[in-house]
Amino acid sequence: MTAPEEFELASDGLVRAYVITKGRGLPDEQQLSLITLVTAAPDEDRRPQQLSPEEQRLLDICSAGYLSVAEIAGHTKLPLGVVRIVLAGLTEGGHLITRAPVPRARDADRRLLEEVLHGLQTKFG
Amino acid sequence: MVFRPSSADGQSLDKQDYVQGGATQTAVKILVVGHFAVGKTTFIGSISEIEPLSTEETMTRAAAAVDDLKGVRGKTTTTVAMDFGRLTVSERVVLYLFGTPGQLRFVQMWEDMARGALGALILVDPERLADSFAVIDLIEQYGLDYAIAVNHFDGNPQRAEASLREALDLLDDTPVVTCDARDEKSSAAALTTLVRYLLDRAS
Repeated sequence: MTAPEEFELASDGLVRAYVITKGRGLPDEQQLSLITLVTAAPDEDRRPQQLSPEEQRLLDICSAGYLSVAEIAGHTKLPLGVVRIVLAGLTEGGHLITRAPVPRARDADRRLLEEVLHGLQTKFG
Repeated sequence: MVFRPSSADGQSLDKQDYVQGGATQTAVKILVVGHFAVGKTTFIGSISEIEPLSTEETMTRAAAAVDDLKGVRGKTTTTVAMDFGRLTVSERVVLYLFGTPGQLRFVQMWEDMARGALGALILVDPERLADSFAVIDLIEQYGLDYAIAVNHFDGNPQRAEASLREALDLLDDTPVVTCDARDEKSSAAALTTLVRYLLDRAS
């Protein structure tokens, strides 16, 4: 009979990811896109004592400023899907503040593009 | 004691790793795409204010089935990586640049990247134009506006723009620029050309 440990080792990370995410599904795409900016909520008192190591690690990395979801995955070396699910749980618990990108609209696009153009010209001459 | 959050390898994140003025920033993204080894990561690294990062997505079983995994017993998943960088363009806007190879089978990653992107810069190697067809198709499929940046390598003969346009079957108004992905100013100029074009299209 195969011991549970052996099964986990042979599973190429799939079981472990499932455990980390506590079996949650992927969050809403718009809410936690690659470029949604995330930071820890300021109220330290509300932090529960029962966070998993991954939840604690992600909350820690978010505690000193804003990072995009993609950057959090890049810094922690966790798969993007896992990061998004854990962040969604932390957000639901009120431990994170998220700033989703603005929805695409012609007027908003033009303003953003103008700002990007101006920024590139200022920075790189 | 000063609290120092750390990344996976135990290195502390510095203040400049975080988004400057994050509370008031709007994040936007532009894709930097092209075939394998065309210089995407070099391009992103040349203008990113952070050391380019990489993140992986695990392909699902269904997607993995498309890949040739015959004979690799027990392997039901594989991972694909995308590289990205960041550029704070103003107090209100932070630009992310995402790059990944143009293989069609990484569909989930492509959808994540393409959704909401302002546009795409397609890097091409004039010596390997045929390798760019698939990625141009993909970008068009996702409805993204794009510009072509011809990345010059040392000793490459300069292919006339007209023949390149014909070879890649480009629309007349699609911008074509040459760039050296290793050079910050050259990369920035290519990106500027794309943004000007996107602005024209949005007006």
